[in-house]
Amino acid sequence: MARLIDVASIIRSKNAGPFAITIDILFREKECAVKAYSYLTPERIASLYKENPSRIEVILYEPANAVKINIPRKIPAGHPGDTDVYGAQQHAPLLELEIPFGCK
Amino acid sequence: METRIYAPTAILGYGFPKESLELALLEEPDIIAVDAGSTDPGPYYLGEGVPFVTDSMLYRDLTLLIEASYKHEIPLAIGTAGGAGAKPHVDKTLAIIKRILNKKGYKARIAVVYSDVNKQKLIELLKQRKHFSLGRNNPLGDLTEERIRESTRIVAQLGVEPIMKALEEEPDIIVAGRVVDVAVFAALPWIKKQHKGLAVHLGKVLECGAIAAEPGSGSDGMMGVLRNGEFEVYPVNPSRRATVLSVAEHALYERTDPFREYVPGGYADLSQATYEEAGDGHVVVKGTGWVDLEERYVKLEGARLAGHRYVVVAGVRDPLFISRREELVDKAIEAVKERIHGEYNIYVHFYGANAVMGYREPNPVPGHELGIIIEVVSRDKELAKTIAGAVRSTLLHLGWPGRITTAGNLALPFSPSDLYAGKAYEWSIWHLIEEHDPLEFSFIRVLEV
Repeated sequence: MARLIDVASIIRSKNAGPFAITIDILFREKECAVKAYSYLTPERIASLYKENPSRIEVILYEPANAVKINIPRKIPAGHPGDTDVYGAQQHAPLLELEIPFGCK
Repeated sequence: METRIYAPTAILGYGFPKESLELALLEEPDIIAVDAGSTDPGPYYLGEGVPFVTDSMLYRDLTLLIEASYKHEIPLAIGTAGGAGAKPHVDKTLAIIKRILNKKGYKARIAVVYSDVNKQKLIELLKQRKHFSLGRNNPLGDLTEERIRESTRIVAQLGVEPIMKALEEEPDIIVAGRVVDVAVFAALPWIKKQHKGLAVHLGKVLECGAIAAEPGSGSDGMMGVLRNGEFEVYPVNPSRRATVLSVAEHALYERTDPFREYVPGGYADLSQATYEEAGDGHVVVKGTGWVDLEERYVKLEGARLAGHRYVVVAGVRDPLFISRREELVDKAIEAVKERIHGEYNIYVHFYGANAVMGYREPNPVPGHELGIIIEVVSRDKELAKTIAGAVRSTLLHLGWPGRITTAGNLALPFSPSDLYAGKAYEWSIWHLIEEHDPLEFSFIRVLEV
């Protein structure tokens, strides 16, 4: 099976305000973003990130062939105990995720 | 009607090629606008009242921009001066501008927009106005008098109107405190009664400079032209170009909602926006909407001191220790807690295992060596230092069943090994409060320098 890293052109994470991490996955084709959107359910993301599915948001953004995932932070950005002030390295679990669909 | 706006860089102080600015001047911008702010570097900068870029970088960027603005008679607008936009940040930026004007022998009319919120006034307002915490994951709870009192500094994130008001003073330079990212870009189009939504959307693309170009850069500029029913963006640097993807993709950047860009009083609706390449690295955007909100809210940001921070950096090469790392560090911390009482927090980061993702790490398998950072935060600086030293020395000499490395458990790279990392802050206020007048939270001063 293909992995997400094999089909996505960008997989990135960043703060969206101090309380949420937003992950953008961009694809070369719209069709692929649509397929990914239906596969990357809040439940699937929640199990990958050890989070409650009700706190995960997944959005399809067609103008950029993209799927956006919003995940709450355990510790706000820059507070004592935080490990990633910019939230820029929280995308890794998605890279190896096996996906049951192909993309061009 | 059109408005031509040049955004020279993503953040004032991040730098930009001088050649790009020269090329941009050939495009005859009506205004040079630059966002200087971000809350991304954390609450420290608001709390401590210091910028996150150095004075020398601010001086360098401002010298080039003021020169261009003066020679070509183009107003220069700076949003969220000094990074966090509180009075010390604005005044520091202003002082650097005055130094440059003085050195060059230029005269300038400067409009200064302060956005600081007086604590006593805010406590009064709490009883009269609607307010709530912003963001579905906001853990701060209600905005209370206590939160306000314990904040070292509070700013209101102003909307577009205070910048419009400042522009009406016909200044050469605007130095604004905390404003929404798009404010310095949208203000002139709003004065000219151009489409509010398109102006805000254009501001959202421009506020990060050439980040919305291909290849992207936070240290280069982007030109924007707002016309009737559309805007066009393009980098002036010939080695970059705007593409449908690079511009569309930017709507995702640092936002949970790619379809709405909020400012006090309304939002740009990006859901019907279309992007089209117009050749030569230009992109044209159409279809962005605008929605007025019935109630007007402004965001308040406040930071409070968490304490003084000491850190210990250590390495471990012993495989037995690495395999039992959590248990051994816990044991050392317990021993210290039994010995030394007081208010402090200890955080341990295992680099090489799960320091970056913590409990979310899917693969916490350490390599042949492990980096440990022990972080101690306390209101009492001496106590923070004492605890950091005690955890370090306890861990260094901790014995455990099966230990063969009885001379020491840690490789400490530095002497002294307990490092003072300055004050630690946390967000105390991240709330919306009802605003009755768009200029209510701003204070505008005009100076002739």
